[in-house]
Amino acid sequence: MRIVVDLTRCQSYGQCVFLASTVFRFHGEEALEYDYTPDDQLREQVRWAAAACPVHAITLDYLDEQPETVSQPERGGGKV
Amino acid sequence: MTSSHPSLSNGSTNGRVVIVGASLAGLRAAETLRAEGFTGQLTLIGDEPYEPYDRPPLSKAVQAGWISEEHTTLPRRREIAAEWLLGAKAAALDLSNRQVQLADGRRIAFDRLLIATGTRARPWPDQEQAALDGVFTLRTRDDAARLHARLTMGPKRVLVIGGGFTGSEVASICRELGLPVTVTERSATPLAGALGQAAGTYAASLQRRHGVDLRCNTTVLALEGDAYKKLRRAQLSDGDELDVEVAVVALGTLRNTEWLQGANLAADTRGVVCDAACRAFDADGVVTDDIFVAGDVARWPHPLYDGGLLVVEHWSNAVTQAETAAHNMLASAATRRAHKHLPSFWSNQFGVNIRAIGVPTFADTIVLTQGSPEERRLVAAYGREDRIVAAVAANAPRSLSVYQALIEARASFPPELHASDEPAELHPLPAGFPKHGHATHDPGAASTGAGPSTPEQRVEGEALKLLDPRVPLGAPPLMTQHANEIGMGKRSLLQEVHTGEMRS
Repeated sequence: MRIVVDLTRCQSYGQCVFLASTVFRFHGEEALEYDYTPDDQLREQVRWAAAACPVHAITLDYLDEQPETVSQPERGGGKV
Repeated sequence: MTSSHPSLSNGSTNGRVVIVGASLAGLRAAETLRAEGFTGQLTLIGDEPYEPYDRPPLSKAVQAGWISEEHTTLPRRREIAAEWLLGAKAAALDLSNRQVQLADGRRIAFDRLLIATGTRARPWPDQEQAALDGVFTLRTRDDAARLHARLTMGPKRVLVIGGGFTGSEVASICRELGLPVTVTERSATPLAGALGQAAGTYAASLQRRHGVDLRCNTTVLALEGDAYKKLRRAQLSDGDELDVEVAVVALGTLRNTEWLQGANLAADTRGVVCDAACRAFDADGVVTDDIFVAGDVARWPHPLYDGGLLVVEHWSNAVTQAETAAHNMLASAATRRAHKHLPSFWSNQFGVNIRAIGVPTFADTIVLTQGSPEERRLVAAYGREDRIVAAVAANAPRSLSVYQALIEARASFPPELHASDEPAELHPLPAGFPKHGHATHDPGAASTGAGPSTPEQRVEGEALKLLDPRVPLGAPPLMTQHANEIGMGKRSLLQEVHTGEMRS
């Protein structure tokens, strides 16, 4: 899956670190770092983290927001 | 298509939209177009071979080895059903035929165009030295991968040329990796170009506390290779000669506007001028209907900064300006929006989260308003003519929203906060911004003069010399014993650089 965090909006509340600690972490006291491509097994954790962010700074790829049963179109090249 | 087809011009949800620049701004604009009902043909042109990816981690987590540069691809907010022309460089804009010409000769027709070509790294001025194995710039995914691979090989010393945000972040990572690192900065402190020398003094103490060999008021005169064209040494303007295997050239950015030469738009090395609705101006100062600009390459009038044309190289500006541009591409006069985003950015270095809001470079005065350097947590406000225009926070990310409201309200300076961690007395200081071009890094956000057809200032004489990052400020340094030993050939180079003659 793919995510991005708007680090201008992020205020380092740390809810995401608490809910998905292998994806989000603090580097120093206030500097959030994160994995842009968490393992698909972490999808539920990351969705919780995004939903729990008090400033809604976490964006998931629209394909990762859809139910698992939807078959995913191929990525890369041509029309996407 | 031309304006003889009004159904396909501004406001229509069909026709052909071409976006030149397939990075953050280009992607967010494409998503907004689709989200707001554009059903026509959408083409994104990007000179790199990759889908849009995020650049901020390239100087941080990627260099630290925590994430791979391949894993920085940006998520999509929605399906955009676009034609992607990646690895395709735009070479020219033919406005009369409504076509973008690519470097490979292809011509891509459009009804509406978004220019989002951004910036590139400013290269080291000597091409032969820049080509030495071990000399890097840092802007793209490929740049990041090359530098990371070299840092993991454990070079004996890394030289960072330029103490701006990119240079400082690289130096921070080098120290985390246990690598000896020297930073040279032509102005008096790191980050001086972006935050001023008063705030830069704090940045300098951070660097030194973390073991960086920081050389301010110092330039790199020459990079020297061995017989295999591998970087071995750097000649510094303080007379020192450093053994280095890696040099990171962090001299700021150049705007990608060359492809617009001759297109009759208000475009030059400062960027492409647009109005607050992101519509480009032509060279006569007439606003266009169907050419839009967003991101690092745009210059636009911000109502809070006296109408001066701002250039802002920040992540959040790329996103919000792209959203506004895309909205306005589909809007009528009644629904058009202004881009009034307050510039804002962050940097993580030496364990400190630095954030700024507003345009610090617009200020003349700074005052510490909360916390202190000793607490490693502080906020400072920037003022100009008794009005607050910006603020910077170190390890205090939740404090800036108050300052944002004050800046937007044009509140007085020094601000009245009544915060619990306010100093007993406020001591405003000169902010200490170096003159344009004096710092060997970019301001990040700056006002660049008013009016779409204001010509670029002709830079000549002494001022031109100072645009060469090798030229030290002030009097040339004394030739030390060490520098005298390096022989006639190199001494003539030193003299040449000191007298400011430009080398090709």
